Amino acid sequence: MLQIEKGGLQTTIQDLGRRGFQKYGVIVSGVMDTYAHRLANILVCNGENEATIEITLLGPHVTILSDCIFSLTGGDLSPSINGVPIKMWRPIFAKKGCKLTFGKPISGSRTYLSVSGGIAVSEVMGSRSTYLRAEIGGFKGRALQKGDIVPIGESSDSINRLIDKYTKEVSPASFIQADWTLQSLAIPHYPSKSIVRVIDGRQRTLFNEKSQDNFLNQAFQISAESDRMGYRLKGPKLALKEPTELLSEAVSFGSIQVPPDGQPIILMADRQTTGGYPKIGEVATVDLPKVSQLKPGEFISFKEITVEEAQIAMLEERKLLNQLTKAISLKLKEGI
Amino acid sequence: MEIIYSPLGDDAILLEVGHKLTKETTNTVRSITRLIEEASIDPVIEVIPAFTTVTVLYDVSTTCRYENIKGLLEKVLVEMTELDQIEQRTIEIPVCYGGEYGPDLEFVAIHNELTVEEVITIHSAGTYEVNMIGFAPGFPFIGGMSEKIAAPRRSTPRLRIPERSVGIAGLQTGVYPIETPGGWQLIGRTPIDLFLPHEELPSLLQAGDRIVFKPISEREYTRWGEACNASN
Repeated sequence: MLQIEKGGLQTTIQDLGRRGFQKYGVIVSGVMDTYAHRLANILVCNGENEATIEITLLGPHVTILSDCIFSLTGGDLSPSINGVPIKMWRPIFAKKGCKLTFGKPISGSRTYLSVSGGIAVSEVMGSRSTYLRAEIGGFKGRALQKGDIVPIGESSDSINRLIDKYTKEVSPASFIQADWTLQSLAIPHYPSKSIVRVIDGRQRTLFNEKSQDNFLNQAFQISAESDRMGYRLKGPKLALKEPTELLSEAVSFGSIQVPPDGQPIILMADRQTTGGYPKIGEVATVDLPKVSQLKPGEFISFKEITVEEAQIAMLEERKLLNQLTKAISLKLKEGI
Repeated sequence: MEIIYSPLGDDAILLEVGHKLTKETTNTVRSITRLIEEASIDPVIEVIPAFTTVTVLYDVSTTCRYENIKGLLEKVLVEMTELDQIEQRTIEIPVCYGGEYGPDLEFVAIHNELTVEEVITIHSAGTYEVNMIGFAPGFPFIGGMSEKIAAPRRSTPRLRIPERSVGIAGLQTGVYPIETPGGWQLIGRTPIDLFLPHEELPSLLQAGDRIVFKPISEREYTRWGEACNASN
């Protein structure tokens, strides 16, 4: 179990989202950065859909109440245990009593904390993701706050053997971290100017030539009103050839909608199921983690690719994750 | 009716049957949704019907790329006939109009030069149809309201609209299943829940349902709430 001593800016329990209920208006939710979330789980031998804790910019203070193996991936928010800085992207064994805290955001904006066995809150509609607005899922349907005791699930046998081993070797309230990490190409960088690939939006041709051109050739700044629902961008005004009223239709994670003020919004994990604004582009699924890690004030620009190229990139990412899963589970047989 | 296929990002395909909301497009959307759901196509994750479109989310794999899913859907939809009639359910929604539950009822009356009672009579006499569910969990976009009681949205949206509020915006009427901010004119409230997160079907209403609003008194409203609490 984990005890929350301080909630942080927005710390929520998420998995890969609530699927199959969008036709009832139930949003998908789930993690913003699926890549970092999946790897956090892979590093502790969890299934990729196990719930993790998504930590945003100002992290929580957490006391570990039972010996466990955990990992941190995603943005670097200066994590430390008992005041000693710890490394990310690797398994860490921590004994009961360890205090996990976060400090200054160094790069990116979201860290994922995965504990072997997964965060064991109960599922609502097939998912453990927190749906803040409807107050369901996660921990009582809300962000974590001081005093919460977060349950952890049962680890696999091999992880349990490791925990038993290190429990004997490590002194009370102490920890050890793996001296290995992932191959460097598997660890993303989170630059403050990001180029993300986009597919044609369904209504791209409704925009005038200049706007279509600006969309692909100008940088946009992430505004302060960006959150899990959407990233609002500031940049050249994108305008339609002529005013057009559209009927609402489904939107997806990464749809780039343009409301009448001409400033695009990238729809993120907590987006509504449908929308009526024209979509100029769609962020490629593999590049959504990059967007998720951008902070207000940073910059994004778009580069066009085809659906085919985007799908090939998805399959390549899947291949990489499968390879890493194999390699890590072998490595963990020897120890962390 | 012709179906136009287009990608929505890299993991969804959108089927469009027209640009206008008509009886025909509504029925086609419903038939397509039903056929795809009944076909249980392996890579399909979920189907999202809207006004004139149906979106299908799918699992991208080496054997299921955009062209593959398009082929699979075309095969399923070959069997669709225009005459495919779908049974409609009729669902009664009790509403306590006015008072603290409907703070804007009077505005709607004045705006349309009607009495409050007339607004209630017109609103509850209509037969409505759910065009789609969206915006919020279980939130129905309802067509068929009389233009005699149409009213513009509030110029400043309320930060907090209580759950189960019944409202009017332009020619639309609807019910807020959960507490959200919103700009609709509130004319009443229903004691029944539209969002049911712990039921197998999390939404009381589905696209295609007929809706009837039934006026109830404040006493009936309170009793309804008590009866629900007792049964929980």
